[in-house]
Amino acid sequence: MTARRIVALLLGALFVVAAIIVALNVRDEGQGVDQPVPDSIATRTPADLIARGEYLTRAGDCIGCHTARGGVPYAGGRGIETPFGTVYAPNLTPDPQTGLGNWSASDFWRALHNGRSRDGRLLYPVFPYPNYTRVVRADSDAMYAYLRSLPPTVQPSPAHALDFPFNLQASLAVWRAIYFQPGVHVADPAKPAEWNRGAYLVEGLGHCNACHSSRNALGAPVGPLDLAGGLIPVQNWYAPSLTAVDESSVAHWDVRDVVALLKTGVSTRGAVLGPMSEVVLNSTQYLSDADLVAMTTYLKALPVVRSAPEAAPAPAGRTDAQARGARLYETHCAACHGEAGEGVAGAYPALAGSRAVTMTSSANLVHVVLQGGFPPATAGNPRPYGMPPFATVLSDAEVADLLTYVRGAWGNRGAPVSTLDVNRFRSDVRP
Amino acid sequence: MRRRRSLVTIVLGTLALGAQAVPPFEDSIAQRVLACTGCHGPQGRAAPDGYYPRIAGKPPVYLYNQLLNFRDGRRRYGLMTGLLAPLDDAYLREIANHFSALDVAYPPPQPPKEGAAVIERGRLLVVQGDPARRIPACVQCHGDAMMGVAPSIPGLLGLPRDYLNAQLGAWRTGTRRAQAPDCMHEVAKALTPEDISAVSAWLAAQPAFGKPAPTLPRPLPLDCGGVTTPATGGSK
Repeated sequence: MTARRIVALLLGALFVVAAIIVALNVRDEGQGVDQPVPDSIATRTPADLIARGEYLTRAGDCIGCHTARGGVPYAGGRGIETPFGTVYAPNLTPDPQTGLGNWSASDFWRALHNGRSRDGRLLYPVFPYPNYTRVVRADSDAMYAYLRSLPPTVQPSPAHALDFPFNLQASLAVWRAIYFQPGVHVADPAKPAEWNRGAYLVEGLGHCNACHSSRNALGAPVGPLDLAGGLIPVQNWYAPSLTAVDESSVAHWDVRDVVALLKTGVSTRGAVLGPMSEVVLNSTQYLSDADLVAMTTYLKALPVVRSAPEAAPAPAGRTDAQARGARLYETHCAACHGEAGEGVAGAYPALAGSRAVTMTSSANLVHVVLQGGFPPATAGNPRPYGMPPFATVLSDAEVADLLTYVRGAWGNRGAPVSTLDVNRFRSDVRP
Repeated sequence: MRRRRSLVTIVLGTLALGAQAVPPFEDSIAQRVLACTGCHGPQGRAAPDGYYPRIAGKPPVYLYNQLLNFRDGRRRYGLMTGLLAPLDDAYLREIANHFSALDVAYPPPQPPKEGAAVIERGRLLVVQGDPARRIPACVQCHGDAMMGVAPSIPGLLGLPRDYLNAQLGAWRTGTRRAQAPDCMHEVAKALTPEDISAVSAWLAAQPAFGKPAPTLPRPLPLDCGGVTTPATGGSK
């Protein structure tokens, strides 16, 4: 075999691979594109279509990324930090130059369904089109109609600040060829309609697994739609497993408690804080009871597992760390959370018997103690009770002692927290 | 002597008990905002370190504007922004009104450490400004008594000097901003670091008492975003 022949073979192989990657990137593009007449929607949109689009846009929490802090809603500009760099969410208002003004309903659907922009550019999957690809065309058109109804805002999107090689479209094409497949929501006839509606919302617009799954080194969910929990990159909050009975499985919860948590941010079983607070604030509080019950039905039907083996009962007596922690608890925590970690119903979550306290990852506990927080102000809970930040009061060692005590007190069987565990999240507190 | 010591012991013991006693839970706005008083001190009377300012008794719209500014990114402090991010305008207004209505005595002023010349320079800038450099006097907006003007202009007294320096510096560099037009940014840009040091030295040495003035006798010298124009009797 001559050298020339080898080169020709290699080039040929390269071409085939490239062709496969391109083919994988544009598969399923034609599907659904021609369904409705796009531009008629923009001009004569019935109000109920816009209202439906607003509802679905909230179900997708589009505003959460596509609005800068204090900025015009949906006008983009918020930087989403990822391990690969910062991606800026673009302007979704109908401004022709800087927003979606020149987009047709089919362009919008292709972005949702195929993850491609109007000009054909591949979109970064921080825009959760691996989930949104399940959205049906009629819902996409309603969302499009709603976004068209917003006041146009002139606001150019900053250029993404991604590291090499993630800044290249070719890299993204390879990623998509491996990890992305356009899909549709296929109803499972064996399951009740309520479950199917829940699946559509959780797996699609809700994009719950964007946080509640762990990701591999290339940022792809490890087990698609497994909802088995994961540390959210950069933010470093742990989105607990929705299947693990020792984390946030709701299999044994009353449906009303799950619905209350998603609707108001608080329930008799606890409150949401951190990134989930934003989700309730912007998205789930606006969902109908029927849709929240449907999502709950789906979540309750997830397989139930344990994420960690049950810990043995703690030996009698306190370690030195627990003794120090107990004193700190008395000084700083007991006034609200109670001498026995019992909390105050409707105001302060109980710490005794709380899975949020005992689950393996202590990331959220550390964040809450350092940063404090409020559950979201919602229509159902407009004046939430807050927790003060202790970042300026307690050292890493003190937070570790305190949490070690709380995780082992009152029958709790959580593992101790080390100073290092606290220190690795201290830098997330940015004064 | 022994008797006095035992009295002191009793008083200190009572104080210590008082500090440890757990106040009973009540459904009140004060209970709901314990997240604030952790840093800003009981009733928002300021923390001992001089970094977290007093919020008790400040004009309600001023406090409300600051809560909005932190939440919406015009004023930067990670802990504040994180706390306020999930809260809506109505609740922030209620929180602002709560702290504004608290009537708590002010601590005595800090004795000045600077020389008389610096103090006098600070006093002149506060009460006269520097027309040649187009710097309005502080009292033109913040009131002749410098205790602020209801409902949106804050007082300048009763604040630690470190806090005043930090805020004037942040206004000057633009890391603290207000709604446009951002008048304090304009004023602070015209100040030199020496001006700021002199102004803060004089202000921190003045005793604070009383409440924000109900009105300003004159129109504001600059347009200020977010400032509900105080009643003036004038044209503004």
